[in-house]
Amino acid sequence: MAISRRLFIRNGVATVGLGFGAPTFLTAIAQAQGVRTRNLVVVYLGGGNDALNTLVSYQDGAYYNRRPTIAVPAGQVLQVGTDSVGHALGLHPRLGGLLGIFNQGRLALVQRTGYANSSRSHFEAGDIWGTANPQSFTGTGWLGRYLDTLPRPMDALAAWNTTAETPRALLSAQSGVPAIANANSYTYASPNRGAAALQERSAAQAMASNPSSGRPHLAFVNSTSLGAIQTLDRVALVTTYTPSVAYPNDGFSQSLRTVAGAIVKGVGTRVFWVTTGGYDTHAGQGGAAGAYGDLMGTLGNGLAAFYNDIRNQGLAGDTSVIVYSEFGRRISENGSAGTDHGAAGLMMVLGGSVRGGLHGTAATLSPGHPTLENSSGDVTYETDFRSVYAKLLDSWLGVNSVPILGGDFRAGAPAIF
Amino acid sequence: MARVNPDIDHLLRRAGFGVSADDVDIFRDMSTRDAVDYLVDYEGRPDDVDARIGRPDHAQVDRQDHLFAPDIDIEDSRLRWMFRMVHSRRPLQEKMALFWHNHFATAYSKLNVDSGSTQAAKMLAMKPGVLRGPQGQIELFRQYALGNFRDLLVQVAQDPAMVIWLDGKSNTKSKPQENFGREIIELFTIGVDNYVETDVYAAARVFTGWNLRGSDNYRQDEYGDLNAYQEFVYNAEEHETSAKTFSFPIYSDGSKTIPARSISAGMQDGFDLITALAAHPETARRLARKFWNLFVSEIQAPDPTFVESVAGVYRQNGTEIRPVVRYILNSPWFNDPSVRFARYSWPAEFVARSIKEVGWQNYPLDAARSPMAAMGQQLFEPPNVGGWPLGANWFSTSTMLARANFAAALAGNQKGFLAATLAPDAGTPQSLLTKMFERMTPAPLDTAPQQALMSYLAAAGSWTGTGDQLNTRAAGVARLLIGSAEYQLV
Repeated sequence: MAISRRLFIRNGVATVGLGFGAPTFLTAIAQAQGVRTRNLVVVYLGGGNDALNTLVSYQDGAYYNRRPTIAVPAGQVLQVGTDSVGHALGLHPRLGGLLGIFNQGRLALVQRTGYANSSRSHFEAGDIWGTANPQSFTGTGWLGRYLDTLPRPMDALAAWNTTAETPRALLSAQSGVPAIANANSYTYASPNRGAAALQERSAAQAMASNPSSGRPHLAFVNSTSLGAIQTLDRVALVTTYTPSVAYPNDGFSQSLRTVAGAIVKGVGTRVFWVTTGGYDTHAGQGGAAGAYGDLMGTLGNGLAAFYNDIRNQGLAGDTSVIVYSEFGRRISENGSAGTDHGAAGLMMVLGGSVRGGLHGTAATLSPGHPTLENSSGDVTYETDFRSVYAKLLDSWLGVNSVPILGGDFRAGAPAIF
Repeated sequence: MARVNPDIDHLLRRAGFGVSADDVDIFRDMSTRDAVDYLVDYEGRPDDVDARIGRPDHAQVDRQDHLFAPDIDIEDSRLRWMFRMVHSRRPLQEKMALFWHNHFATAYSKLNVDSGSTQAAKMLAMKPGVLRGPQGQIELFRQYALGNFRDLLVQVAQDPAMVIWLDGKSNTKSKPQENFGREIIELFTIGVDNYVETDVYAAARVFTGWNLRGSDNYRQDEYGDLNAYQEFVYNAEEHETSAKTFSFPIYSDGSKTIPARSISAGMQDGFDLITALAAHPETARRLARKFWNLFVSEIQAPDPTFVESVAGVYRQNGTEIRPVVRYILNSPWFNDPSVRFARYSWPAEFVARSIKEVGWQNYPLDAARSPMAAMGQQLFEPPNVGGWPLGANWFSTSTMLARANFAAALAGNQKGFLAATLAPDAGTPQSLLTKMFERMTPAPLDTAPQQALMSYLAAAGSWTGTGDQLNTRAAGVARLLIGSAEYQLV
């Protein structure tokens, strides 16, 4: 290695001078980009949610005929009224938490969302909902493209992914989204203490700041390293958050607790991503009780705790939550008392500014009905999922949805704001 | 700067887990071609790695107040595998086992719910013969590491862990269950866009009756008999016997239909479909593309000539993997200097390589388990049947922080060993750094990060290169190098 003594000394001075100015600078950016402005929380139900058992069309005889062991009994659903074509609908009995938000007029249920020729592959379908392009499941995501519209330099915490993997939806052309599952372990370790440890952090920051010209893959890894170092202090702030309600102890609810902390502490994040899995219910999914009921309980109780918490903090009006999955499931139950991969699903949007209620119409599940496809095996979509994205982008995040979605989907959008 | 030489270092990063001090002695005078054969023909190397567990001069597998039981306790299974990645004399076998584990991604958690923790660990990790019952799935991947892909598929379709994982137990003639039928087409062989939805439904019917049976002493009970087990059974009564038609040829005469068969002969349906899927040209191309990413590059898209050549080798050799891998490692694509450091290391690769290059003196591998989960790769727990999202997907602020913090913990643990082994070269900050670059072998550093490291050493004050100063700064540089972006590339 050839390093001249002159360079060596010059750099020594420069590194000491760099110090720890960065976090203050970044907070200023966060403030400039609007702390306590509107934010969006995405809740992704991984595995393909059985929408027909989330929102039950409980007077449809075919629903009970085709689901002899997993149907939710009509007497147990949580009634939410009738849609525009007269289907009486009820939430799964374990969604009591969501019923409360619905009754306050702050939960929108958008039925039969999807796209033509729905993919039955988890991976392809998940990527399609991410790219918002049924013809392409590679490339950037719809939220990543939203982030690319934010002013530069973009705050490293503009988006916050609470899962370890970066979902396709958050994939941006310009910047990596921090994945912070546990704010408590988001700290910088050293084999040393005192001055040597501080000098290491400084050296690590200098190394990660190298533009790595000509090696974009190296520059990308450096950007994740730099993003980590630059966000440590603000993330630490979130660990001091004391919520106004008790959150359930499961991972999903604890992720929402972290999101609430970030919102209340005003760290400047615009988009949060939360995933809750287990929805690939091929076997033994149960009806009102059982495995799927437990999924509903986790979902409803977690969302209710989150909503009540931020409402108590006076921030519900700044927050919208969108809930979706990669596809719905087959109408008829399979031989293992579960359901296989299907087509159209249910999107939910909740928040203090949301116009709640039933949007769209339920399918009629009798074989041969035009609301069905795949030899009447699956539910056909009615509302293009991209029109819901469009509404969130145009009316909530305040950007033009057309370039982000690569087309104009505003016309068919449900009036959720 | 290289540990052996740039070609051998590259080979050992890709076809193994990096270069330990012992590897330097083995490969120092070997030609690259001989080194490829040394790795590929691994049956010539002793299979003694498990017998070396517990040796004081190796990494340690101890957990506090705990008897090491890697055949029935999944945490210990993970430790044994990490030990093998660091110490095996057959590194390519372990690399391929890791590749197949990702390709046929099966997660412990679902098996645990189904059969309890002991049975779940047994199904994934038991070495043959330790207890009664079939060998664990990972042993299957070791056995077929460079074996015949068609035969591996047959074994996987009958592997108890896979049968549970993709719901084969509930695949009955009255209600065919699509999970395995879908994934064997979409993920294990020909891949998305090369089949139609009705192929999935037909495949589900093909595998009706492919089920499990418990041994007489089997109970679904955490505390049951350790010698109890589940094994594959063809349950003829549950086989759906009608003909099954696909969108692609099943037989060499071009026929796309598996004929109706009696229940007693119906198991042949599965063999016919598997043989067709393994021989399908798109399977050959898909494996070629996956091997491109594993061995050659994740930065450049697969070279179409590479894909066709490798697919050709695969098909000409009757779906044997060994000639494919040997061909790739000797190929101009693999040996092009521009593909060095053109892959993003998997957490398992990163951790094993770090330990091999920093040191393992009394190092407790248990200390790496939880950091690996934070980096996004808990062995035997892939996120779903699609495996781990690879390449750039491994990297986010939190996973990179987990890597850097693992580097800090490892460097802290090996502080004394680092100082002792580096002392002869610690005369000046520059000589120390030069030696550490040879030992850690990150991707080449630009001037600015090199200067940052020199500044870090300069901040120690007047250089003595001994005592506390060497302890502190050698560990600090190791942490910065192992935690650098450059080191994450392999």
